[in-house]
Amino acid sequence: MTDLLVAEHIKKQYGTYTALNDLSIAIPKGSIFGLLGPNGAGKTTLIRIINQITMPDSGKVFLDGEPLDPKHIMNIGYMPEERGLYKSMKVGEQVIYLARLKGLSLDEAKKRSKYWFERLGMMDWWNRKIQELSKGQAQKVQFIVTVLHRPKLLIFDEPFSGFDPINASLIKDEILQLRNDGATILFSTHRMESVEQMCDHIALMHKSNKVLDGKLIDIKRAFRTNTYEIGIETLNDTLESKNLLHTDVMSGLSESWEITPAHFKTINENDLKIKVKIPEHHTPNDLLNYLTSKGLINHFVEVIPTVDDIFIQTINAN
Amino acid sequence: MGALGLIIKREYKARVSNRSFIIMTFLSPLIVVGMIMLITYLTSLNQAGRQTIVVVDESGLFYKEFESTADIDFLDLSPAGIELAKSEVEDKNYFGLLYIPQNIKNNTSGVRFYGNEAPAISVLEGIEEQIQTKLTNEKLLDRGVDLDLIDESQTTVSISIEDFKGERTSKISSWIKAGAGGGAGYLLMMFIIIYGNMVMRSVIEEKTNRIIEVIISSVKPFKLMMGKIIGTTLAGITQFLIWLLIGGGLLLFLALYLNLNPLENQSAVGNMAVTKMDKIELVVLDILNLPLLKLAFFFLIYFIGGYFLYSSIYAAIGAAVDSETDTQQFMLPVIMPLMLAIYVGFFAVIENPDGSIATAFSMIPLTSPIVMLMRIPFGVPWWQLALSVSILVASFLFTVWFGSKIYRVGILMYGKKPTYKEILKWIKY
Repeated sequence: MTDLLVAEHIKKQYGTYTALNDLSIAIPKGSIFGLLGPNGAGKTTLIRIINQITMPDSGKVFLDGEPLDPKHIMNIGYMPEERGLYKSMKVGEQVIYLARLKGLSLDEAKKRSKYWFERLGMMDWWNRKIQELSKGQAQKVQFIVTVLHRPKLLIFDEPFSGFDPINASLIKDEILQLRNDGATILFSTHRMESVEQMCDHIALMHKSNKVLDGKLIDIKRAFRTNTYEIGIETLNDTLESKNLLHTDVMSGLSESWEITPAHFKTINENDLKIKVKIPEHHTPNDLLNYLTSKGLINHFVEVIPTVDDIFIQTINAN
Repeated sequence: MGALGLIIKREYKARVSNRSFIIMTFLSPLIVVGMIMLITYLTSLNQAGRQTIVVVDESGLFYKEFESTADIDFLDLSPAGIELAKSEVEDKNYFGLLYIPQNIKNNTSGVRFYGNEAPAISVLEGIEEQIQTKLTNEKLLDRGVDLDLIDESQTTVSISIEDFKGERTSKISSWIKAGAGGGAGYLLMMFIIIYGNMVMRSVIEEKTNRIIEVIISSVKPFKLMMGKIIGTTLAGITQFLIWLLIGGGLLLFLALYLNLNPLENQSAVGNMAVTKMDKIELVVLDILNLPLLKLAFFFLIYFIGGYFLYSSIYAAIGAAVDSETDTQQFMLPVIMPLMLAIYVGFFAVIENPDGSIATAFSMIPLTSPIVMLMRIPFGVPWWQLALSVSILVASFLFTVWFGSKIYRVGILMYGKKPTYKEILKWIKY
């Protein structure tokens, strides 16, 4: 897989403040790429540089192998976090205007906006003004504005904020469809659940630096702790038998097995719930074998680090 | 159509389809004409009632000259002498007393008007002119000049008026020129402020709407700013042209409708048919001789130049702030030169259109649009116009560059209100 967007050694300073410090990033073609980071990490600056809104002090950006150039505006669709449309302009007119600024012809812009308005069931809004629409409706218009010119690279800054769950899932499906049709998608977000669900690559930014990036699976693998969540049913579902079982389980494991309490839902009240970190030279099967004699195992799951965990862990480490 | 064209079109459409624009455009000329009619009407009310002016003419040259008109009766009490006439005026409650001393031929400063109220300027001017004409004639006769020759000379004079155009400096034509120039200058100031504010508001709107980021991911901020300024300029020109058409038409209609009335009021004393005709002719000629086309043309030139100059500053201000209420602290440096231009115009230009102050201020780009417009009716050498316009063009290129630097950074800055120092820093970004 080749990379659609490559940024190399990007530096950007505002006065004495460094917004981006020698940042490099590569977004593979056809991927959904999550750009994560706390507020002020430099995400917006990077996105603005990709959009050619601001110029980097040094470093280069390539789109599809070519150095970034004003003609690439046509190939990028950008939905900023702070959504914005002309309040007193008619919806249809506005979508066409913004599409034509991206370089579409009048006819093409008309045809495609009609298509999208019909697809998202918005034809009635064509002659309404933005100020007459609800926030969610305006968001849908904004989405159309972003994708209308069929860009190769779609940049969404917090794409799901402001949408109700129904429209959020509608937009999510549309984004996945666009990816399947060949677009590459860059997400900037702090919403980890959408990253879990959709992204296959992530990059984590902190204090103007990139601190982590790669395929989501690889990163998760790197962050795996070999910890398992275990639930064991007790004999008569009482607190006493749970405590007894706990001591029993603990007694058979040496100190190299880290055991901590776990919190998850089961249908019994007094199941023993623990997290066990398996030491080196042991396998989950060793643990499972040991536990089978202790009671009825109803829960045995590897604790896969969530993006949230990785995020917090990495930021704290830096 | 390129992006710039699209932006210009959108901005233009947004301006002219605005309800207040439409109302202003079509209502303003009606308001102006209405005001003129009202003033004319009120003036005519003001002069209601016959007034009697007693004349004491010790020289015996003039009493026959003053003939009573619709508004004014002249009563010759020369034989009674000045003191008796004075008490007569007070007893009978006449309007005033005109005293002409015996040695008027040698000392013209002795003419006096006594009265409780000062007479209308037009009345006074009428009297002055008649005395002047009579005296001149007398002096010419004394020196043995044939009056027929003078009549011929007068005909020649009225022809040469047309040749001189703006170069003449009679009292009335000066006022007409000052009025035309002042009006044009004032209108230009209003245009710059109104349309500058429009640009500023539209920049703030885009910023608070946050559409700015969507747009500048498609076009360069400079193009957006220029599109905005040009689109708004075109809206301003549209309004000006509509006003020119409506206003011109209405004034023409008004002039035809009122016909001679206002002119009669002006020359209330005009008992001599010839003098009156001269005067009407003079006023009409003065108006016709005003370089109206030139004025309108340069109004457009200076509007575009001055507007570009100021609106890029307005755009930069709009970009620097988050809301209109924050603009106050930046408005003073914009309004100051405009006010200065108006004051310089009203005092220096009307006093001495070619004086060094007027000339200097008609070159300084921040004031030149207004001051030069005020000078134009008095006649300005072409090289000065060319120089002033060139300086203006060079300056607006600079402010557009300067403004776009601030604009480019400001539109993406949210939150705190910037200081001048911070704004200057942006230029380096």
